[in-house]
Amino acid sequence: MGGNGALVRADGLTKRFGEFEAVRGIDLDVRPGEAFGFLGPNGAGKSSTMRMISCVSPRSGGELTVLGMDPDRQGPRIRARLGVVPQLDNLDNDLSVRQNLHIYGRYFGLGKAHLRDKAAELLDFAQLTERADDPVEPLSGGMKRRLTIARSLINDPELLLLDEPTTGLDPQARHLLWDKLFRLKQDGVTLIVTTHYMDEAEQLCDRLVVMDNGRIAAEGSPGELIAKYSTREVLELRFAPGTQQDIEPLVADLADRVEVLPDRLLLYTADGEAALAAAHSRGVQPLSSLVRRSTLEDVFLRLTGRTLVD
Amino acid sequence: MTTVLARQATGRVLSPTRASLLVVGGLWTWYRRNWRASVTSGFLQPVLYLVALGFGFGSQVTASPATLGLPYVQYLAPALLAASLMQVAAFESTYPILAAFRWQRTYLAIASTPITPSQVLAGQLGWIAIRLSFTAVAFTLVAAVLGAVTGPGIILAVLISVLTGMAVSAPIVAYAATLENEGQGFNVIFRFIILPMTLFAGTFFPVDQLPGWAHPLVWITPLWHGTELSRDAAFGTLELWPTLGHLTYLAAVVGVGVYLGRRVFNRRLAV
Repeated sequence: MGGNGALVRADGLTKRFGEFEAVRGIDLDVRPGEAFGFLGPNGAGKSSTMRMISCVSPRSGGELTVLGMDPDRQGPRIRARLGVVPQLDNLDNDLSVRQNLHIYGRYFGLGKAHLRDKAAELLDFAQLTERADDPVEPLSGGMKRRLTIARSLINDPELLLLDEPTTGLDPQARHLLWDKLFRLKQDGVTLIVTTHYMDEAEQLCDRLVVMDNGRIAAEGSPGELIAKYSTREVLELRFAPGTQQDIEPLVADLADRVEVLPDRLLLYTADGEAALAAAHSRGVQPLSSLVRRSTLEDVFLRLTGRTLVD
Repeated sequence: MTTVLARQATGRVLSPTRASLLVVGGLWTWYRRNWRASVTSGFLQPVLYLVALGFGFGSQVTASPATLGLPYVQYLAPALLAASLMQVAAFESTYPILAAFRWQRTYLAIASTPITPSQVLAGQLGWIAIRLSFTAVAFTLVAAVLGAVTGPGIILAVLISVLTGMAVSAPIVAYAATLENEGQGFNVIFRFIILPMTLFAGTFFPVDQLPGWAHPLVWITPLWHGTELSRDAAFGTLELWPTLGHLTYLAAVVGVGVYLGRRVFNRRLAV
């Protein structure tokens, strides 16, 4: 392993595509056994970083070691020990579910007898045993995703890279997948996940970085990030659209920070109920109010802004 | 941090040969499940050409020095073998490659295993060579049963025809690997390269029937070299220097195709 036991270590890691700089010098340490997340809007550089760590994309600058090796020189040796779940499924739709596992496993130098048992185990894990000999094409999106994850485990990887594992899935399929990923983590697999779902990051990740515009904007555990970039609670005051700006000066001093949205005010404060009581005593009459805990979403929007990224 | 179970991945790196053979194995598994779709283009079409042109049209052609003194169908068979393999090679080198990069992205899946892009290319080309060999053997057996084969030299012609097919395949694979979508690229190849080669590179009639200005154009086609070799092999009329010249040319075209293919595959699968 590289210095201080990190499975992945990046130092000033950079990726350029011609003139465009997708990753602008990031530093990372991913430790054994942890679930590490890349959070960020589209185009933040998450996937480019993942592809460099997967050893399918050479870095343009900086240092990178994966499993203690240099991807530029020892790509195949590193890949032999990784599991990769790409953003877009790349299963062979014309083959059966079992054949997809088997052929992929062969590329890792695994023997046929070993693969027979391993495929059975993974089909069970992915709840696809009954579809084992069906072609992949007609499977649902959730089933294909589960098969892609099962396939990535064929070599018992030490490090599993998941690029937006649940994008496009319905809530049931997402929860099932999270369940699978928890089990893997308990088995000692180190996970690196990219996502733009805050709930996914909060559910899965021990530690995460928020990426924006090719750089790391913040780093820490979900709790640390909330403590650092948001407040413990958020008071949401809803008003008729257009009237909320006039209220803002009345409550500005009740919170660390006030955000004005089209139909409401968000008051970031340690004690939401107290702020609400204070607002009421000043005669503020919102249509409705809500005190909730701060979430990663608050952190994310604070760090990366509310402007739509294309 | 919680207790971390020691985990040891089971994957390992394979020798380049073994890695390429596994890629061939993957394509073979695919073919075993889906071969029916390719029977028409891969087998039926060459046989229909042999029957329609060799026997049908050939019944109107008298044996002469232009047909090397042979019945037309026997004159045609070894050349049609080479031309048919060229067509199968062109097809196998276009849509399946684009599908593996773009539509199904199966190459991208392989690239995340210990297999390297060059090994993916080697496996793909190896598979096409095997696929061509199937067609060549099937075609030759049918031709033999129909009496279109003159002797055991056809066995050598089979090998030469596979080489000819690969001289067409390797450069087209390299080209197909550069494409982002189908566009007009493949149509241009089939209409303006493959079809004229089939018609004018000496398969159906001797090249010296063409006007003199066209000869150099014919000489640069891989099919003409393959056709000359295939006929000479089938009829036992191979001569050392022309044979070496034709083989060198075909091998060089394969070599250039492989060289370009490796560059494109590496660029495309490691970006």
